[in-house]
Amino acid sequence: MSRLVPSAARLRPQGVPLAYGALAFLVAGAVGVTPLVYLGARALGADRQTWNLLSARAIADLAVDTALLAFGVTGASLGIGLPLAWLVARTNLPARRLWGALAPLPLVIPSFVGALVLEAGLAPHGLAQAVLEPFGVQALPEPRGYLGVLLVLTLSTYPYVFLLASSALRSIDTSLEEAARSLGLSSLSTFARVTLPALRPALVSAALLVSLYVLSDFGAVSIMGYSTLTTAIYIRYESLLAREAAAILSLVLVGMAWAIVLAGGRSRGGRGVVYRSGPGSGRMPPPVQLGRWRWPAVAFPASVTLAFLAGPLAVLAWWTVAAAPADSSFRLSWGAAASSAWISLLAAGVATVAVLPAAMLSWRWPSPLSRFVERLTLLPSGLPGIAVGLSLVFLGARLGSLLYQSVGLLVLGYVTRFAPYALAAVRASLEGVSPRVEEAARSLGRRPARALVAVVLPLARPGILAGAVLVFLKTVTELPATLLLRPIGFETLATEIWQGTAVGAYSTVAPAALLLMALALPIVLLVGRRTSWELAAPG
Amino acid sequence: MPRVLSRLPARLAAAAVIAVVAVGFAIASSASAARQGASLTIYSGRDERLVKPIMDRFSQETGIELKVRYASSVSLANALIEEGSRSPADVFWATEPGTLGLVAARGLLARLPATIVGKVPSRFSTPSRRWVGTSARSRALVYNTQALAPSELPSSVWELTRPRWKGKLGIAPTNGSFQAFLGATIYLHGEDRVRDWLRGLKANEVKLFPNNTSIVQAVGRGDILLGLVNHYYLYNVLAETPGLPIRNAWFRPGDPGNLVLAAGVGIVAATRQPALAQRFVQFLLSRWAQRYIARGPGLAEYPLVKGVNPRSGLPPLKEIAGPKYNLGRLAADLPLAVKLLLEEGFLA
Repeated sequence: MSRLVPSAARLRPQGVPLAYGALAFLVAGAVGVTPLVYLGARALGADRQTWNLLSARAIADLAVDTALLAFGVTGASLGIGLPLAWLVARTNLPARRLWGALAPLPLVIPSFVGALVLEAGLAPHGLAQAVLEPFGVQALPEPRGYLGVLLVLTLSTYPYVFLLASSALRSIDTSLEEAARSLGLSSLSTFARVTLPALRPALVSAALLVSLYVLSDFGAVSIMGYSTLTTAIYIRYESLLAREAAAILSLVLVGMAWAIVLAGGRSRGGRGVVYRSGPGSGRMPPPVQLGRWRWPAVAFPASVTLAFLAGPLAVLAWWTVAAAPADSSFRLSWGAAASSAWISLLAAGVATVAVLPAAMLSWRWPSPLSRFVERLTLLPSGLPGIAVGLSLVFLGARLGSLLYQSVGLLVLGYVTRFAPYALAAVRASLEGVSPRVEEAARSLGRRPARALVAVVLPLARPGILAGAVLVFLKTVTELPATLLLRPIGFETLATEIWQGTAVGAYSTVAPAALLLMALALPIVLLVGRRTSWELAAPG
Repeated sequence: MPRVLSRLPARLAAAAVIAVVAVGFAIASSASAARQGASLTIYSGRDERLVKPIMDRFSQETGIELKVRYASSVSLANALIEEGSRSPADVFWATEPGTLGLVAARGLLARLPATIVGKVPSRFSTPSRRWVGTSARSRALVYNTQALAPSELPSSVWELTRPRWKGKLGIAPTNGSFQAFLGATIYLHGEDRVRDWLRGLKANEVKLFPNNTSIVQAVGRGDILLGLVNHYYLYNVLAETPGLPIRNAWFRPGDPGNLVLAAGVGIVAATRQPALAQRFVQFLLSRWAQRYIARGPGLAEYPLVKGVNPRSGLPPLKEIAGPKYNLGRLAADLPLAVKLLLEEGFLA
């Protein structure tokens, strides 16, 4: 399908407003360039001792294992997230609001907590076996290695696919689907030829986020005993403080992240882009009638929720109850919860605003340069947190005591790690909007800022909200950069959980993790509710 | 267009303004806090829950405010290295002698006065006096008491490659204390013997764990019967799950598996207040602090200063009889251990 909105009346392309360009470069510089400069500088410091800790063959093996994991997790996340989003957004699935609210929640389980739960829960003689033993289950598969990591990382990543696909399903111009149906396409071919292409940018963005996240994850991977470039980087940093060797491995990881970002850009653009036609139809289409599949279909969201949300929650609750009386240091950390809440809100707000110029630039004035700026901003999310954290220590210590170990630098750390989530989400929803809309507003005499405010932002709103939620949830669970960059005495729930795991105290881990999820719950619900409320109001 | 949509940009703008104000406020408040009274910045790899009472007591006694940054010893060490001469830290208190040694090797720790270092046995510091031990912790063999009687236990780490222990032993190759044990063993017995031992373990289906705690828990569950760990993890796990059938044992006197390690402290070379920093180090070696490290809640380590006894129930250090090894050597021996673990596929 070619462009639905003819661009015959196309305006002469105007120059990029200076403000957009300058801001986008500034953000990309702050976010993307700092880690690269830092890693480059450290890699240049390599000596013979460094090369003792690296071998070409080992690096190649690690790169392959990392890629295999990224592929597997991305596939699994798409396989779970997309059908779930469709069921919730477009069908008459019973209790779809409930499933829609529950589906993104596993995002608030930090991957290392998920791995601890899986490890301790499914271990031989562990919790799950204790529960199942009366039913004659003697042994469970050991949750280690590739499959264990695959499971845990899918748990923490399918919500990206779900959130982005849901917001795309909601911003699709349903008049296109109706047109396709009225022209005689079956509902299946309409899905394949209209809906899916319209979803493609969102799915590509989500796949990008998932695979970059897999590259960067350390917690789950190390607990499950699987080796990736990131675990190798941590080993260099932690065993020998060998920042030079770690930097060289990090640059390999940067190369992989760059390849992923390039591949994402390629499969997103090109022909077959389906735009929203102007304001289009503001209604949601009538839900697809599942017929006799209506109730059996519930099994899917139910089993996903059971495995990825209820299961871990049950283990955490059990730890809280079972261990509380034995441990006298048991306490709920309200102060840490408050810190987590406001710093994550701040990071979400800053990140979302910060990526707008870059998103706008690459959407409205696509050029090799604007694509480069966008990719540069995406890159750091593929790096392990310790590398990003140390790059800001490197920067902060040079900027002086005013900024170093301040909230400002900590927020910069979060924005560096997680702005890509906001960028991908905003981009994904802008993709559905024809740039001609903005041109039209401009041709009617609106200045760039007015056109952005009046036309673009409202259309991109679901993506902006989804992006802010993603950044919020990522920040709430962030650990390695927080440990390095937080002001002295600043505790978040994630640092509390870390302290608990450091001394093996599940009794602290469990309540803090539950509190973390309680914190994130209203935000996820609020966004879910507002988005559907907005759709109920006719445009 | 619905009104709510047109209000969104205003909200975004408001959020941006709030963000900028909050950041500005945070910077301003941290700057003003820096200008009050005497204060020391401590980088503590020791867990807050365990050592906060020591920090509080110091501030109470001296009136010196402590700003303590708690994180893992290695991430603090990496931060110290990046900060270099611009470090805001005055004191680095770490859980691993290897970490201290590597930081010292980069020239980031100041020389301590001989009077301070002289308070502890010389093997718990370095000849160049860059750091001093604050407590000793011993490598130990944790075992499942339901499956094994004390008389059945191996009497040396070298016996762990025997078929009797096939699939029954757990180690944590990423753990700093395990790597320190391996480094010391390479120094004492040569790289070839240690390499053979590692290969023997692998052939014997040794189980790899991410850390000491998970080893002790696995021994408690009976997944494995033996684990090479530091002695105090046992108490943490028992506090969490009382009644687990686990106990520590040691190998025969002088065995490398009995290596005694230390947590230690150093003064950051970049400090502008060495005298205050020395006061803090001295305090950690005071009787009160040493007694707390030995017997405070959650702590079960060996005090290093004369006249303070360890927690009852711990075998005396003399009985454990670790191999003769100066922990100051670790900066040189640790890289050999890590290289060996990489070559033999225990690390990637």
